[in-house]
Amino acid sequence: MNGDLHNLALQKAPTGIHGLDEISNGGFPRGRTTIICGGPGCGKTMLAMEFLIRGAQEFGEPGVLIAFEETPQEMEHNVASLGFDLRNLANQKKLYLDYVYVEPSEIQETGDYDLEGLFIRLQHAVDSVGAKRICLDTLEALFSSFSNEAVLRAELRRLFRWLKDRGLTTVITAEKGENMLTRNGLEEYVSDCVILLDHRVRDQISTRRLRIVKYRGTSHGADEYPFLIDSKGISVLPVTSLELRHKVSNERVSTGIADLDEMLGGKGFFRGSSILISGTAGSGKTTMAASFVNAACQRGEPCLFVGFEESVAQVGRNMESVGLNLKQWEDQGLLFHEAWRPSQYGIELHLLRIHKLIERVKPQHVVIDPITNLITGSQQKEVYSMLVRLMDHLKGQNITSLFTNLNVNNDQLEQTDIGISSLTDTWILCRDLELNGERNRCVYILKSRGMPHSNQIREFVMSSDGIQLIPPYIGSGLVLTGSSRVAQEAKEKAEELLRFRSIEQKREALERKRSALDAQIKMLNMEFAAEEMELESSINQEMLSEKQLEQERDAMNRLRLGESRSTDRTTSANAVGDSI
Amino acid sequence: MKKGAKVNGKAALPKDTVMQLRLYVAGQTPRSLAALANLKRICTEHLDGEYALEVIDLAKNPQLAQGDQILAIPTLVRNLPVPIRKIIGDLSNVDRVLVGLDLRGPEQMTVKSSPRNDRRLGAKA
Repeated sequence: MNGDLHNLALQKAPTGIHGLDEISNGGFPRGRTTIICGGPGCGKTMLAMEFLIRGAQEFGEPGVLIAFEETPQEMEHNVASLGFDLRNLANQKKLYLDYVYVEPSEIQETGDYDLEGLFIRLQHAVDSVGAKRICLDTLEALFSSFSNEAVLRAELRRLFRWLKDRGLTTVITAEKGENMLTRNGLEEYVSDCVILLDHRVRDQISTRRLRIVKYRGTSHGADEYPFLIDSKGISVLPVTSLELRHKVSNERVSTGIADLDEMLGGKGFFRGSSILISGTAGSGKTTMAASFVNAACQRGEPCLFVGFEESVAQVGRNMESVGLNLKQWEDQGLLFHEAWRPSQYGIELHLLRIHKLIERVKPQHVVIDPITNLITGSQQKEVYSMLVRLMDHLKGQNITSLFTNLNVNNDQLEQTDIGISSLTDTWILCRDLELNGERNRCVYILKSRGMPHSNQIREFVMSSDGIQLIPPYIGSGLVLTGSSRVAQEAKEKAEELLRFRSIEQKREALERKRSALDAQIKMLNMEFAAEEMELESSINQEMLSEKQLEQERDAMNRLRLGESRSTDRTTSANAVGDSI
Repeated sequence: MKKGAKVNGKAALPKDTVMQLRLYVAGQTPRSLAALANLKRICTEHLDGEYALEVIDLAKNPQLAQGDQILAIPTLVRNLPVPIRKIIGDLSNVDRVLVGLDLRGPEQMTVKSSPRNDRRLGAKA
């Protein structure tokens, strides 16, 4: 059942045109007629031609071009500028060109006729190459060639039926009408698919847009899509067909400034994330971007640097002064540096050119410096949408994108003019701090999704060694920069010295006190010793004299008793003791 | 191919030029047959046989349509004398055919002006 439904679903013929197959979900309706309408010079013929040529070249579907307005030679020249060789395709029998031209002044209508001649020519053309696709550019020319509109309209109806019966995937071009899609109401006959092209000029910059007005039996993008015609043909840029489904990387890449890496959790940015560096004029945005590029190239990762302000040579010279040799990376093919003025093209062409560069260079990191300038060439909304698309595109390919943004108004530092700050993953703000007659560059990280990051405002200097962040002065509840930081540091040093000295002094006083005390103790000890000695000697003396006395008494006793007995001696001794 | 000896005095043609005509048709349709019959009658009446006629059937030779830029069928092409003239339709309006072949000026037409010419002039102005 599902298989049957699948077979029933509308078959499509891919256009091969970058972006158009996406928004039309596969191309133009196969075996049916698509009408491309629009004002003069909006690229109708180019679109039809590219459909035909790509069909013949890439999808093996030979085609027929019936040109009503231009000769095959003119057509050849027209598409040669897009890199298509019409004559070669014709020689290979992949394409059949027929120029149908009717000069009304040569013609006299004398009764009944039909356009069988046209059908015969179509049949002949289709048969000669076995065509699957056919382009009629532009069928409306018939309306100026024949006066009998009734015949003409009947024949047109027959023509579309004829084309459908043969299963030809047809593209017809038509001039836009006043109140209808086409001037002659061709959409009445063809209602399978209608594509409207538009060419607008605003502020002297033109933008082409494409819209699928109608596509019977299939879903399709309904918005207006900007498109471009350049040396590679047509490219349509889907505005809103992107979804938020990027894969994310946990890999980190260095910012190129060691101290800044330190502020970003010690490792730098996430690979494939989007980074915004905003700041006032001369705050070091470009240098910071160049440091990032330099580091990436050192790791051997290709980078794309798109400048909107300075020429390639100028950036090269200026970065040389801060020790960043970008030229060597360009020479080694690692860095692709392109610069052009924002006013050179409309916003869409910028996007496309960047897209094409990305396709060619296949960079791992892209720098756009600065995005602010794009506004000069376009409307804010358009710039926003362009940057969103670019950011999505880069994220989808895991390419790190770094944008710089110039803040003009100091009051609104914490927002970008374009309003993309909320979209970026990491936002670094460079700003000048004016204090005491000098400006000092400071950097801080406003946000960095998914990683711990420093909350400090860090001063940085640019020297011949690149950007260096200065260790922050933290103390006395102040953050100081430049000379005031130096002054404050000197002051603190002096204070510290003073404090140190007073401690020393106190320490010395203590020491002195201690030694004085020691001296006193010594003296007292000595006095005591002297006294002790005196007292002891007097004690000894007295003890000696006592002993002598005793001995004398003994002697006296002995003398008194004569030959005394030993037992008596004890008694007599006691007696002596008592007498004492 | 037919040739006549007499030259019509009314025609503003050089006397030594034989009118070369090609009639493009697609198969034997009633319209094609009518055109051929009408043409032969006009030629006989107004050219006194002083012409060369070639009938080309595009159903048989479709590649020949490109050369004379044929879209409408039937188409009568006057290749000579220059300028080239093309007359489309079944040639039933004899006056218009004669004007188309420069055999008669527009002022001699029974219908003085056609809506088509008016519109074209209007569009240019």
